[in-house]
Parts: sequence; structure tokens; C-alpha cells
Amino acid sequence: MQPKPKALTYLDTFTAILFLISVGMVFFYAPMEAVMGNVQRVFYYHVAVGWVGMLSFLAAAIAGILYLKSKDRKWDLFALAAVEIGIVFTFLNIVTGSIWARPIWNTWWTWDPRLTTATIMELIYFAYLMLRQGIEDPERRARFGAVYVILGFVSVPLTFFSARLFRTIHPVVIGTNQPGAEGQFDMTPRMVHTFLFSLFTFTFVFIDLMWHRLRLGRFADQVEQLKLRLSL
Amino acid sequence: MIVVHKLVKRFGLKTVLRGVDFKVEAGEFVAILGPNGAGKTTFLRILATLSRPSLGEVSIAGFALPTQAASVRRRLGVVTHLPLLYGDLTAEENLRFYGRLYSLDSLNERVAEVLKLVGLFERRSDLVRTFSRGMQQRLAIGRAVLHDPEVILFDEPHTGLDQEACAMLDNVLREVAARGRTVVMTSHDLIRVSELASRFDVLSNGVIVASATREQLDPDQLLAFYRQAVHQSQGSNPARLPYEI
Amino acid sequence: MNFLRATLAVIAKDLSGELRSRELLSAMFVFAVLVILIFNFALELDVKTRGTVTAGVLWVTFAFAGSLGLNRSMAMEKDRGCMDGLLLAPVDRSAIYFGKMFANLIFMLLVEAIVLPLYSILYNINLFQAGFLGVVILGSLGYVSVGTLLATMTVQTRTRDVLLPILLFPLAIPVFIAAVKASMGYLQELEMEAIRPWLNLLVVYDTVFTAIAFMVFDFVVEE
Repeated sequence: MQPKPKALTYLDTFTAILFLISVGMVFFYAPMEAVMGNVQRVFYYHVAVGWVGMLSFLAAAIAGILYLKSKDRKWDLFALAAVEIGIVFTFLNIVTGSIWARPIWNTWWTWDPRLTTATIMELIYFAYLMLRQGIEDPERRARFGAVYVILGFVSVPLTFFSARLFRTIHPVVIGTNQPGAEGQFDMTPRMVHTFLFSLFTFTFVFIDLMWHRLRLGRFADQVEQLKLRLSL
Repeated sequence: MIVVHKLVKRFGLKTVLRGVDFKVEAGEFVAILGPNGAGKTTFLRILATLSRPSLGEVSIAGFALPTQAASVRRRLGVVTHLPLLYGDLTAEENLRFYGRLYSLDSLNERVAEVLKLVGLFERRSDLVRTFSRGMQQRLAIGRAVLHDPEVILFDEPHTGLDQEACAMLDNVLREVAARGRTVVMTSHDLIRVSELASRFDVLSNGVIVASATREQLDPDQLLAFYRQAVHQSQGSNPARLPYEI
Repeated sequence: MNFLRATLAVIAKDLSGELRSRELLSAMFVFAVLVILIFNFALELDVKTRGTVTAGVLWVTFAFAGSLGLNRSMAMEKDRGCMDGLLLAPVDRSAIYFGKMFANLIFMLLVEAIVLPLYSILYNINLFQAGFLGVVILGSLGYVSVGTLLATMTVQTRTRDVLLPILLFPLAIPVFIAAVKASMGYLQELEMEAIRPWLNLLVVYDTVFTAIAFMVFDFVVEE
């Protein structure tokens, strides 16, 4: 078993520092929003975790394609890790969205396109895990998982478009100027800084978590191999 | 006809075949014997192009698997212990369907010919659902030889058959083998196999541990030969493969 | 040419088997009728709401009956090991996919062909407009294209029956939304501009997923 690489330790520390700075920026650097008040600060995390959720899905889909091409087990582990992380962060996205929605739109849930799509994405993630659970043979598990995650990934934009055609009350944040629509706000430069920094931080959180998860997966494999050798 | 070199098959972290070397000349009838879990079915499935090798080389009639699997399939007939037949279709319809998949000419004549060969011509318009296991097995052999393949693979075809059905099956097997085809058959049934095969290989612990031809071995020595081969192999530890810890 | 012949052979085989046993169709049909019955009691299908709710009720029914059919259709291949028989043949794997897909589509359309008149009679709505029927076909096609691929996978797992809807429904959401909205559009006689985006979405979905399924099917059947 290899010891924890130095680089990973550095990454852990770096990410932790980024996170602390980010929290600081969200609560102290960014100004309070005029209309919504302090609850608006949830936004900095809401989009960031949503971003990680989507990034995870993209990473999983790419890993799926690479697995099918190379049949190398490491891509299967990569896809699984990405999906696990995606499940958590998409869930956080939905929850923070809900927290934000309540004071603004006076409801815990809205069937708006982005929220709906996030929920469906979450369901696809779960379905992926359930699919894997029902298969004994590791090679088949990897293959089917890869196929499903690719299908799932392709369906998400289509789901989004159909949900959007269907209904819209989610605020369009960046680059628009429509003060009339509810829940919208223009971002001052400080807000933009905080927002972008938040995205930056969470990207590192994603990489850090993935690395840890991949290491864990490799150790689990080694344990399995040793177990098999003992039983022979 | 069939050449297998250092074939390895693993399922995740578990290795079933650990470097099998195997060769069959055209016209031979080889029986592969071995204890349960030795990997006989896995091996046969790889030869049948239904499963891919993890490592090693396999070639049939000069074509390499898995890359040239499509070319091999036309020359291959396979009988597994599942009948591979549709219960809601008649015997005739089943064969006609497979005939179409193999793009056979004069389909009707060929189907009739094969049904007669396996002794099921009278039952041709009956649903396969109504057939006994023995009859289904015979029809399955019919399906396997429909396209006149050079190589036929059997995976424990006598499983679940009573004495009479077995005897009938053996007749069909002999006929089928007689036409100069190459046959590989896995089996548990040493007695049956001793009358049919020209060579006996023993697969144990993921490798072929012993091989003897008909000339070298009397039928009554077969059991001893088999037992000794298995016993020896199970005593030793298998060689470690490059990817294992 | 071999490809087409193989595809047609698979379709013909499924149809003749089903013609004889009628297992699949009767199960799908009875199930569909039961679902509509349940909806009758669960929702107020009075004259007013009928107009808005019909499309949704019908598509939910088709979705459930459809998944039943998909399951049975692929289970048939798995049970006697017939899938191996198909794989042993010197045909392109995608011919098997298209054969099963079109057979499944035909079964679904047959069930719909009986359910639609039944619903029309029960609730006094005319469902026999060209546009509406077109949507039914497009939607069923999209559903079956993904469904056949997924059913081929789930039938090889332990949790077979339960798993197919769990895998299929999230992916089929765009089909449902588009099909229901387009159906509603036709039934309520909205203008084409309102309906066209939904039709486009259906066509895009059908094309994209059939193409992906075609490319990916090999990986699902080869070991």
C-alpha cells in the first residue's frame, strides 16, 4: 500500500485554505443584496455545488467512453467516484436552491427547469448505482455502468430544454438586465469576484475528493486481490 | 484448426483460465474433462466467440479471435446446455429462423434434411415448448449443424437426459462427427465420452494438465487417468500471472 | 443486405411467436386498461378536466404498459439462452438491436391501437386525428429505442423487473414532456407554432437516442 502522496497532502491544505477564504468572502467581502437580503449569499454555494454536480456528470460520461474504448478498470473506478461525488453535490444544489427559494418565492419547491433537471440528474445517478448493485460480474458492471452514464449524460440537455420550454421562473443571473423579473439581481463587481472564487474553490474541492476516492478504490481492489490469494 | 496459446480469462479480480494451451487438428474429436468450476464452460464460450479472452491468443480456422470473430461464426456450430430455441415457435420455424440469420439457400430443403438427421421430422410442426429435454437437445444440435459448420462445440450436452435420450443423442453425435468435422466437447460423463472422442484433455485449476489420445489410453483406464491428472494439479499452486499481486 | 434480412427475420420471429401465445400483448393490454381504470377513480375525469388531463393519463399508461412489454420481450431471449443463439449468428449486432426495437415498437403500437379507441369511447373524446396519432408514434419510437437497449441490460441483472423503470423513466422524461404537450396541443387544437417545438424535440430525441443505442449495443451484448 503506497503512503499518501505529498502532492495530495498539499492539495488538501490548499483546498482547505481556499475554502476558508471563500467563506470569508461570502460573508464579509460580498455586499448584502438590496432586495433579498442575506439569504442571497446562499447563491455563491448553490451555483458552485451545482457546477460540481455537472462537472461530475461530464467526468463520469467521459470516463464511460474511455472505459468502453480501453476496457481499463481504472476508468470504471473513475466513473463511479465521479457519480458518488455528483450525487452529494447535486443534492446540495437542490437543497440550497430550496433554501434560497423559500424566502424569495415563498415556496420550498418549484417545478422550474433547472431544479427539475437537477432532480432528474440525481435520479439518474441513483439509477446508475442501483444498476451496478444488481450485477455480480465486475466487467459487465463496468460496461453497463459506462453505457448508462453516457445515455444519462446525453439525456440531461434534452431534459433541460424540454423542462425549459415547459415553464420558467428561475432567475437568469449573469449578463441580463431585467429588474422586472422576480428573484433576479444584478451583480456588482464584488459579487462577481466572490462568485468566481467560489466556483474556483469548488473545482478544487472536486479534484481533491476525486483523488481521495480513487485512492480508496485502488486500496479496496488490493484488499480484494489479497483476499482471493488467501482463499486459493 | 483450433489454436489456443496462453489463454487467460479473468472476471474482475478472479482468474478462471490461467494460460491454457490447446490445439486441435481438423477432424479430431476432443473431449475436455475436468472438475466443476475448472473453467470448461468459460473456455468453450471463448471458443464459441461468446466471450472475449483477457490475454493470450485464440484462432479458429486461421481467424484470430476476438478481432475476426465475425468470420469465425459462419464456420462454427455451438450446443450449450441451454437449448437456444424459442418455445413459442415450432421446430421447423426455429430452424427456419436460424437459417435466415445464416443466409442459407434452399432453406426449406435444408431444414427438412436436418430435422430428419436428428429424428424430429414427424414433430416438425409442434411447438418446442412441448418437447422433452432430450428432443430439445436434439433440435439444438440440428440448429448447430444447419449451416454445415466445420467446427462444432458441445458444452456438456448429456446433462439432464435419461439413458434413452442419451443413446439417441450419441447416435446423432456420431453422425455429425463422422462427416469430417472438428468437434470439441466438454463433459462430466466419462463413459459416454470414451466411446465418442479421439482425444481426452483434462482441464483443472485453469490450465490443461493432461492430454491423451485414444490409442494411448484404454477406455477403462480413462477414469484413473482423469483422477490422477486432477489430483496432481490440485496439489500444486497455480503460477502467478503478471497482473496479480 | 444481410443486415436487413437479419433485422426482418428477428421482427418476424417475435411477431409469429407473439401471434401464437399472445402472452405479451394480453399482459400489456390488460395492464393498460387497469391503469386507466385506476386513473378514473384517482382523478376527476369529468368533462371539464378531461381535455387537459387526457394526454397525461394516456402517456403514463403507455409508459407502464410499454415497460412491461420491453421486459417480457427481452426476458424471452434470456430465458432459454436464445440471446446466445442470436449472437452466434454471423450478423451485425445492431441488426439484432433494430429487430428487437421494431418488434417492441409494433407491440407497443398494437396496444395503443386498442387502448385509444377504448379511451375514446369511455370518455367521449375523439382521439383519431392525424397529428395526435403521429405524436403517439414518435413518442413510442423514442421510448422503445432507449427502452430496448436498457431492457437488454436489465434482463442480465439480478434485480431485473424492478430495475427497468428506474433506469428508463429518468432518461425518457423529454419524451414524456414533449409527447404530452404535443398531444395536448393537437387535442386542444392549438396552432402549429405552439406544437412544433415539441415535435422537433421528439424528432431530435428519437434520432439521437436511436443513433447512440445503435453505436453502443455491441457493448451491451458482447462479453
